[in-house]
Amino acid sequence: MSNDRPLRVIVAKAGLDGHDRGAKVIARALRDAGMEVIYTGLFQTPEQIVQTAIQEDVDGIGLSILSGAHMTLFPAVIEQLKAQGAADIVFFGGGTIPADDARELKEAGVREIFTPGAPLSQIIEFVERECGKRRELVG
Amino acid sequence: MAKMIERASGLGAAETAEYLEQKARWEAAWHSRGPRRNEPGSGATDRTISDLPLAPLYTPEDVAHLDLARDLAFPGEYPYTRGIHAGMYRDRLWTMRQFAGFGNAKQTNERYHFLLAQGQTGLSVAFDMPTLMGFDSDQPQSLGEVGKCGVAIDSLRDMETLFQGIDLGAITTSMTINGPAAIALAQYIATAEAKGIPRAALGGTLQADILKEYIAQKEWIFPPRPHVRIIVDMMKFCTSEMPKWNTISVSGYHIREAGSTAVQELAFTLADGFAYVEAAMKAGMDVDSFAPRLSFFFNSHIDFFEEICKFRAARRIYARHMRERYGAKDPRSWMLRFHTQTAGCSATAQQPENNIVRVAYEAMAAVLGGTQSLHTNSMDEVMALPTEKSVEIALRTQQVLAYETGVTSVADPLGGSYFVEALTAEMEDQAEAYFAQIEDYGGVIEAIEAGFFQHEIADASYRYQRSLETKERVIVGVNAFEKEELASDIDLLKIGEEIERGQARSVAAVRANRDAIHVEEALSELKRACRDEERNVMPPLIAAVKALATEGEIVQAMVEVYGRYTERAAF
Repeated sequence: MSNDRPLRVIVAKAGLDGHDRGAKVIARALRDAGMEVIYTGLFQTPEQIVQTAIQEDVDGIGLSILSGAHMTLFPAVIEQLKAQGAADIVFFGGGTIPADDARELKEAGVREIFTPGAPLSQIIEFVERECGKRRELVG
Repeated sequence: MAKMIERASGLGAAETAEYLEQKARWEAAWHSRGPRRNEPGSGATDRTISDLPLAPLYTPEDVAHLDLARDLAFPGEYPYTRGIHAGMYRDRLWTMRQFAGFGNAKQTNERYHFLLAQGQTGLSVAFDMPTLMGFDSDQPQSLGEVGKCGVAIDSLRDMETLFQGIDLGAITTSMTINGPAAIALAQYIATAEAKGIPRAALGGTLQADILKEYIAQKEWIFPPRPHVRIIVDMMKFCTSEMPKWNTISVSGYHIREAGSTAVQELAFTLADGFAYVEAAMKAGMDVDSFAPRLSFFFNSHIDFFEEICKFRAARRIYARHMRERYGAKDPRSWMLRFHTQTAGCSATAQQPENNIVRVAYEAMAAVLGGTQSLHTNSMDEVMALPTEKSVEIALRTQQVLAYETGVTSVADPLGGSYFVEALTAEMEDQAEAYFAQIEDYGGVIEAIEAGFFQHEIADASYRYQRSLETKERVIVGVNAFEKEELASDIDLLKIGEEIERGQARSVAAVRANRDAIHVEEALSELKRACRDEERNVMPPLIAAVKALATEGEIVQAMVEVYGRYTERAAF
């Protein structure tokens, strides 16, 4: 029943990183693909992002970081998701993230990391697939 | 008669019968293959990367409206379309200035000594995010960011370490910092003065371009109006006390990186520059007293000719506005001097070695466009801070360009090219159209508040991304000629968490070992100056820095007066 609603996704920027080009492009692309997209704006804390995610009842969170603080901020979001009992929300991200770090983050629970040059179609497909699965499970 | 003279000085050739026959033959040949479509992925297109229309060929007719003396003139002459020096690079080679900073001040100082030893001729400081946003390393907002994308500078002590063993009277330093620019300048002055070098002897550039922060880079602290007041205070201070210091580097680089087109970069950057000119004039400064110390900073993207034309158009527009609109009389006030950096956003994480080639073309465009200084990006910057090896290749790229290719021998070698002149004029026209739109909002600050620039840029970046998806645009290794990525064997520079802990300890030590009452008095005095429009904030800022107030404390004091800026989130 609730599966008829469009998928809902947050695109988030955390920390002090003001590079919002990628986040805005992704937000538009997901919206154009038929999803409901909430863009948090800049300088959010991991707590704020997860709170917004829960309040807005989203299926996924996409976090964009290009400042080098990814190894601190991604794990902080995961911790918040677990603490709030929201670990089922599909958490993915992107930015200037070296391959080794991306691997480590995925092991820690980030579902996917997209780096510069990743095609929008691939990101949309990932979000539709993973958030769709989550919707089927959670309803 | 008047018409004949105009025609004689124009660029368009006389249309002889032979010429017209040749032209007809070419048109027949071009059209003989029917209407051409640019197959997705073919590379050749009828648009620049910024969506400006391109003809397959340019002829004298495309430049017939241009006047040699009025629009081109000679290098070193108004309107400087062909360059600001008579002999261009025969007079003076561009400055090779690689932007660097990471970790703590000691590590960055070592990188500076390395770069100077490799033949680099100027320093350029990259600060970390907390420093750029006005936070100390031990504030909660700084978590995970300390030393990551630049060097962490909390107090005067860090600035002193940063320039240890470097003669500040002999080199020039560029500092890329905006929100807290006045604080960084105060720290630099205090560092030099502690070594007995007078502030008047200091040469360098402060970015201090806050308007483009609201437009593109988003590293602001206060709302626009008080920020501009601080910048005007700095301009006044430098004009009277630091004759060799470039007060503002009006920056299009970040506007472009945020996804703008070349025309938007050109127009928005110049509009910002004019806004500072107007603010300073409104504060009672004579335009010729400060304009010669303004400089610009542009991006050099991958569309080769469009970039060259952008630089040429920028010089012509600036000269015309400075002389005609603002009444500047000193030729140095008419000259647009600029630094260029190759486009970070054109680099790819896929097959990163290809970035070396991109950077070389972009650097050449900057030089053919007449840049005064240049930073070439390193191939690995799309993934992390550059390693010493990749920085060396980037610097060598400039050296090959300067010493081997011969591009330095002739001033404005593309001047007079039908294509280059036509596109230069087209970009000038489009920039003027943007100025009119900005004027309709009431000015740059009003257009920022209305979200005009932000929206224009977001639209352009989305259009561009879409063109990659459809393969109208090709990026080698990304949407064409891809290859299965093996684990990259490029070494990356990593900044460990110990930097953050060490920096937090050292700023705590600074706070513990200073005269606390002295600091408090200095900050109170600073707040009084901030509240009083008649005063200049620079002297109390220098006093606060010398009292060892940290950057975070100084910013906090100023926030108490001015408040913090927040942006309405929209995509």
